[in-house]
Amino acid sequence: MNRNSTIFWSGAAAALAAALLLVATVRNEYVFFASYVVLQFIVLATAWNILGGYAGYVNFGSSAFFGIGAYTSVVLINYLGAPLPVQILAAAAVSGALGYATGLLTLRLRGIFYSIATVAVAIIIETLIVNWRYVGGSTGIQILRPPATPPFESYTKMLFIVMTLMAIAATAIARYIETSWIGRGLRALRDGEVAAEGCGVPTLKLKLLACTISGALMGAAGAPLAMYQSYIEPVSTFSLNYSMAAVAMPMIGGSSSWIGPVVGAIVLGSIQQIVTVTISNEANVLIVGLILVLFVVAAPSGIVGLASRLSKTRSAPDRL
Amino acid sequence: MLGEAVIFGTLVGCFYAAVSVGLSVSFGLLDVPQIAHPAFLVVGSYGVYLLAQRNWDPIVAGVVLAPVFFAAGILAYRFYYEVFEKRGTDVGVRGLAFFFGIAFIIEVLLIMGFGVDQRSVDAPYIGSSLELGELRIPIRLLVAFVIALALTGGLSLYLSTTFTGRAIKAVAQDEGALRLMGANPVRIKQWAFGIATATSAIAGAMLIVVSPVDPNLDRVYIGRTFCVVVLAGLGSMGGTLLAGIILGVTESIVLTMFGASWAPAVAFGLLLVVLGVRPQGLLGR
Repeated sequence: MNRNSTIFWSGAAAALAAALLLVATVRNEYVFFASYVVLQFIVLATAWNILGGYAGYVNFGSSAFFGIGAYTSVVLINYLGAPLPVQILAAAAVSGALGYATGLLTLRLRGIFYSIATVAVAIIIETLIVNWRYVGGSTGIQILRPPATPPFESYTKMLFIVMTLMAIAATAIARYIETSWIGRGLRALRDGEVAAEGCGVPTLKLKLLACTISGALMGAAGAPLAMYQSYIEPVSTFSLNYSMAAVAMPMIGGSSSWIGPVVGAIVLGSIQQIVTVTISNEANVLIVGLILVLFVVAAPSGIVGLASRLSKTRSAPDRL
Repeated sequence: MLGEAVIFGTLVGCFYAAVSVGLSVSFGLLDVPQIAHPAFLVVGSYGVYLLAQRNWDPIVAGVVLAPVFFAAGILAYRFYYEVFEKRGTDVGVRGLAFFFGIAFIIEVLLIMGFGVDQRSVDAPYIGSSLELGELRIPIRLLVAFVIALALTGGLSLYLSTTFTGRAIKAVAQDEGALRLMGANPVRIKQWAFGIATATSAIAGAMLIVVSPVDPNLDRVYIGRTFCVVVLAGLGSMGGTLLAGIILGVTESIVLTMFGASWAPAVAFGLLLVVLGVRPQGLLGR
């Protein structure tokens, strides 16, 4: 293990230890309720960045993958009473397959067609769920939470730890992709697809791989949603606000490395939680939109880029 | 039943073509990832709504707003050019994120200003309908149909006969060659984007004449407008009309056979099919 990996894994261990400490000491359930959302956005933003940041393919339909993950869980709970880990794995498989299919349909075209197709997938799947009675249709469905598994004293705390583990897993996967041949290939095709293909980079295969992994992680992020809310309905689950956040967070944090989406999700996710509670949900969406446009226009390399330009201690890889 | 669906679909389809011509210019010809186009449409509708509150006729209001939109479009393109196109690299991702963000900001501002309730306008031709035997066709649809034909036809003529119009088509074909001919592609694109945006004011007026609007309406129209533009073949005006009618008829058949709850998926479904089967569209260049 090289030095960077040691730093990464000790950081991950520290994060997990902090989360466990929080669970052991804090009694206020709201802390976990709110932190869960931020962690969920870390997974979602990291997943988006695998395709959007490394390969330059913009997914506007993250809500489709997130939502199909959530509803996969609902079906499994209803049908089999499947436990949470099974739900998460199944959700990842289903939304990974959806990612692969969407990629297969559009990745031979220019990038914007992939983006439009993902919006289409989001709306079509929402419509399917709205018309599917078994999972509650448009009115939604109540989910009975099983009792919390010891040593956790409440189900929310357990979900908080599960989401922490998923956030660590997602960033580890993104980091692996970034530093391996997959990431190099994706960056090459982002900078010039024809040139990359000409140099022997298997562009279509790499893009499909990234689509599948990205979709699977988004589905996994959505899998515990029904349990978290004890209730699920299609309009909020497939809300394009999720898609918006998934685009905005990596762009704000910095989309060229795995740390960017994490920073973006923590900063923007926390702002969202505060604004939603103190002002209103509309103000929350407005602020996300404004910050996104501001960063895209004025700071294309995100917070991470700004920070490394300020410190200038080591030259960051050229971002854009 | 089916005949009725086809007639309604054709009328609505021409209307869909008219709300999409702006996108056909900005995305189809200029290659700008204008995903906020439907949001501009809805802004047009709300502008018309405000004027209609002061007893303006909605269509007249739309025409009056068009120059304002034209100016806004020129500014918007100028900004987009300076920030993204001029700097070159990675335009795609950031340009898309930019317009996506703009669409969201517009939507939320409309929600904050007008609330989430539906808004509608009054005019003599709204509410009454033309009776042809069994068939009842709302006059509002006929009005939208006539204006849609005029708008699409007018824009098509403009692009194929006038000097500037042909320059716009030329810039879509080969920007470098246009530069060699001594024309400034940026100014032509900026003018074209202004025109594309100006059509949103008139199309927005039709939108609120045809049905009540709410701030989230742009999401459905992302599907409809992009479906029409891609199905038509990027930048093809004649194709836009044909594609609009195909979408309108498909939508109205699905509606009569399966019910309104399936409506949002029709345009997006058709769009996916086109992307998979014939991405260059019907009359692609």
